[in-house]
Amino acid sequence: MANRITIKKGLQIPLAGRAEEVFRGSIASEFVKVCPDDFHGIIPKLAVKVNDRIKAGNALFYDKQHPDMFFASPVSGVVTDIVRGEKRKILHVDIQADKDIQYADFGKKQISALSTSEIKSAVLEAGIWFLIKQRPYDIVANPDKSPRDIFVTGFDTAPLAPSYDFILQGQEDDLQTGFDALSKLTEGKVYLSISTKTTNKGLREARNVILTEFEGPHPAGNVGVQINRIKPVNKGETVWTLSALDVAIIGRLFNKGIVDLTRTVALTGSEVKKTGYYKMTIGTGLKSIFKNNVTEGIPLRYISGNPLTGIKIDEDGFLHAYDSQITVIPEGVGVHEMFGWASLSPNRYSAGCTYPKLRKEYRLDARILGGSRAIIVSNEYDQVFPMDIYPEQLIKATIAFNIDKMEQLGIYEVAPEDFALCEFVDTSKLEIQKIIRTGLDLLRKEME
Amino acid sequence: MSLRNYIDKIKPNFEEGGKFYWLHSTFDAFETFLYVPDTTSKSGVHIHDARDSKRTMVIVIIALMPALLFGMYNVGFQHYLAIGQDVGFWTKFFYGLLSVLPQIVVSYVVGLGIEFAMAQMKHEEVSEGFLVTGILIPMILPVDTPLWMIAVATAFAVVFAKEVFGGTGYNIFNVALIARAFLFFSYPSKMSGDQVWVRTGSTFGMGKGTVVDGFSGATPLGQLATTDAHSFADFSFRGITGQPLTTSDMFFGFIPGSVGEVSTLAILLGAILLIATNVGSWKTMFSVFLGGLFTVTLVNLFAANAAMEMPANYHFLLGGFAFGAVFMATDPVTSARTETGKWIYGFLIGLIAVTIRIFNPGYPEGMMLSILFMNAFAPLIDFYVVDANIKKRLKRVEVKNREK
Repeated sequence: MANRITIKKGLQIPLAGRAEEVFRGSIASEFVKVCPDDFHGIIPKLAVKVNDRIKAGNALFYDKQHPDMFFASPVSGVVTDIVRGEKRKILHVDIQADKDIQYADFGKKQISALSTSEIKSAVLEAGIWFLIKQRPYDIVANPDKSPRDIFVTGFDTAPLAPSYDFILQGQEDDLQTGFDALSKLTEGKVYLSISTKTTNKGLREARNVILTEFEGPHPAGNVGVQINRIKPVNKGETVWTLSALDVAIIGRLFNKGIVDLTRTVALTGSEVKKTGYYKMTIGTGLKSIFKNNVTEGIPLRYISGNPLTGIKIDEDGFLHAYDSQITVIPEGVGVHEMFGWASLSPNRYSAGCTYPKLRKEYRLDARILGGSRAIIVSNEYDQVFPMDIYPEQLIKATIAFNIDKMEQLGIYEVAPEDFALCEFVDTSKLEIQKIIRTGLDLLRKEME
Repeated sequence: MSLRNYIDKIKPNFEEGGKFYWLHSTFDAFETFLYVPDTTSKSGVHIHDARDSKRTMVIVIIALMPALLFGMYNVGFQHYLAIGQDVGFWTKFFYGLLSVLPQIVVSYVVGLGIEFAMAQMKHEEVSEGFLVTGILIPMILPVDTPLWMIAVATAFAVVFAKEVFGGTGYNIFNVALIARAFLFFSYPSKMSGDQVWVRTGSTFGMGKGTVVDGFSGATPLGQLATTDAHSFADFSFRGITGQPLTTSDMFFGFIPGSVGEVSTLAILLGAILLIATNVGSWKTMFSVFLGGLFTVTLVNLFAANAAMEMPANYHFLLGGFAFGAVFMATDPVTSARTETGKWIYGFLIGLIAVTIRIFNPGYPEGMMLSILFMNAFAPLIDFYVVDANIKKRLKRVEVKNREK
């Protein structure tokens, strides 16, 4: 029987538009875009030129600091464009995809026969090392460091989040191979956290891992919260984190010998007419699934990811590397509600008690619904922050960039996503995730 | 939507490059007062909670309404009692309304004027904090405070207690209490004694008359501080015409005192709203009373005079104790910000308030000084609460190192 941890603090935002658990087919697009900005903490150096022909799994770019860390192309085809921004920063690499994807062959491998360094170099070479992230700093894991432990989250509690049980159906073998591989990458343990509601056998009966059951509202599914409850990160320690979906991709590499970056993606949100699950590789253009399937006549916000941590994309945007969810909500621009401060409208949602609480699913838009202020209300962040950390004090220390205070208050244990709910409930409307992200980046620069 | 169209039409004048750009904060304040801004999120979360700073402040203002309205009525009630006239409910209320409304207007005009000007100078949005402060200031002052004093005190408090620290959210001391403390120490004759708590003159020609014989305007706590009685049993609280005051008079608020502080019942209604909406911390409120109860019980045991013998219920019903606990101590900016800290902070406010009341006859009301004192110590309390968390984190590393 697995250990059970109950999370009390948190918030399940009752959003309309949960994805129906129906598989609606595979999506491909003519062009696939890979965006180096998705991979935090690396400096991309191109490995291809325009007009190069590549196979799925061939490197598009690599990390300047770790020239052996490649980033795989999700499809085969021809590199058509490398779009650069200011200071020649690479914004995205565009590939014209073949109809039938040709995979580079990395050879099937038995985990039991491989050593730690062989597994490491296999994943690095295949270009899917980015699936492993690390704490501190919430960046792509540094392969030179040996992690204290590896933490895998087996469920997602974010608003409208996809069901891992549903996505992982049929991927149980890959998942187990992934866990076997991970367990060789650390001298510590591999911790897998599942929800009390998890039914997938690949998760529930996973071997070579220490299983912990979590119960409670979002952010119970955040790996940061799980680490904090199971075995917190101390200064000087490194742990690696993954989602179970990414573990399956790593497992696929060893089982099939190919890099298959296909994700099962939940199309969610109040403005989607027909929600459901689609299969597509990362970088796939999303225009075709939005077409005739979203509310018309009002400005919409398209998000790759969930409404708390996702990336804003355009109608013709593409799926970002870590996302298994696409959300469409109203943008809300041009909506002028009168006397919002006095409103008792049933369409306004608040986590607190200053609005009437209804048992219904809300259709929220992207408006900030207030002006930016100094932090006034106390005990607001604590209500949705189930870690043994004082969020307000840590945020203030991070704004002031007081490194000593940040360390003391637990900056090494957190990622921006852990503060997403704080940002949602904040009456002062601060950009807290941005504050933490900037703080982590600056801190890393100081420390390394 | 014609108002909306009009706003959209004049808006460019207030934006950068427009001829009224120097008034952009003011325009923004009025626009956001009328309409929820339609700016959408640029980074981070894509959806936001509907609660904003305005909502929070409006809840506090609504919570203050019962105490304010009853306070107005009581101003009229005490006045007509003092001049010995028997008039109807509405006459009393309107007399009070006419007496208090100018004070609220003065405090708002002066305070908001400074706030708008400062926001404009700093190119920031106007913060809502003063909407609460502006109504609190007249509520914690004697009704006979001259308007110019309110203007001076408000200006002093807003500039030196708030703006010099950076504005709403950065102040150390409760702004309304600083206004009161300023007047208390600058014009003591207008802030204490037995002449200021009952408005005996007429207001806008209303309520003319002379005070009846035997009139005394001392507050119950003032009476206790100056009594010759050796024990509380020999002492009794008197109304302004010498009539004995019952506990229910005190609970409902038919006693002389600062405008908003008299009715414990009205304050209780406000407290219920603050707690139900989670805008005010029940922990702070509860622990203030706990601290008061603890101290009174302790002092009662070693009582040597009437003031020391007075039981806790009188302390809670009289003066600004309940008002301070519910509306002043819970100000989130100046209070302790950690949950553990709030227990300590509230408890010490109750403790110090009662101590000042009992042992310093010069200040029959200890709540103001007690809260200001604890405002100064709130960061220290938080420091130790947070430090415990820091120590725990350091210990984790030590344990690990030892295991190696």
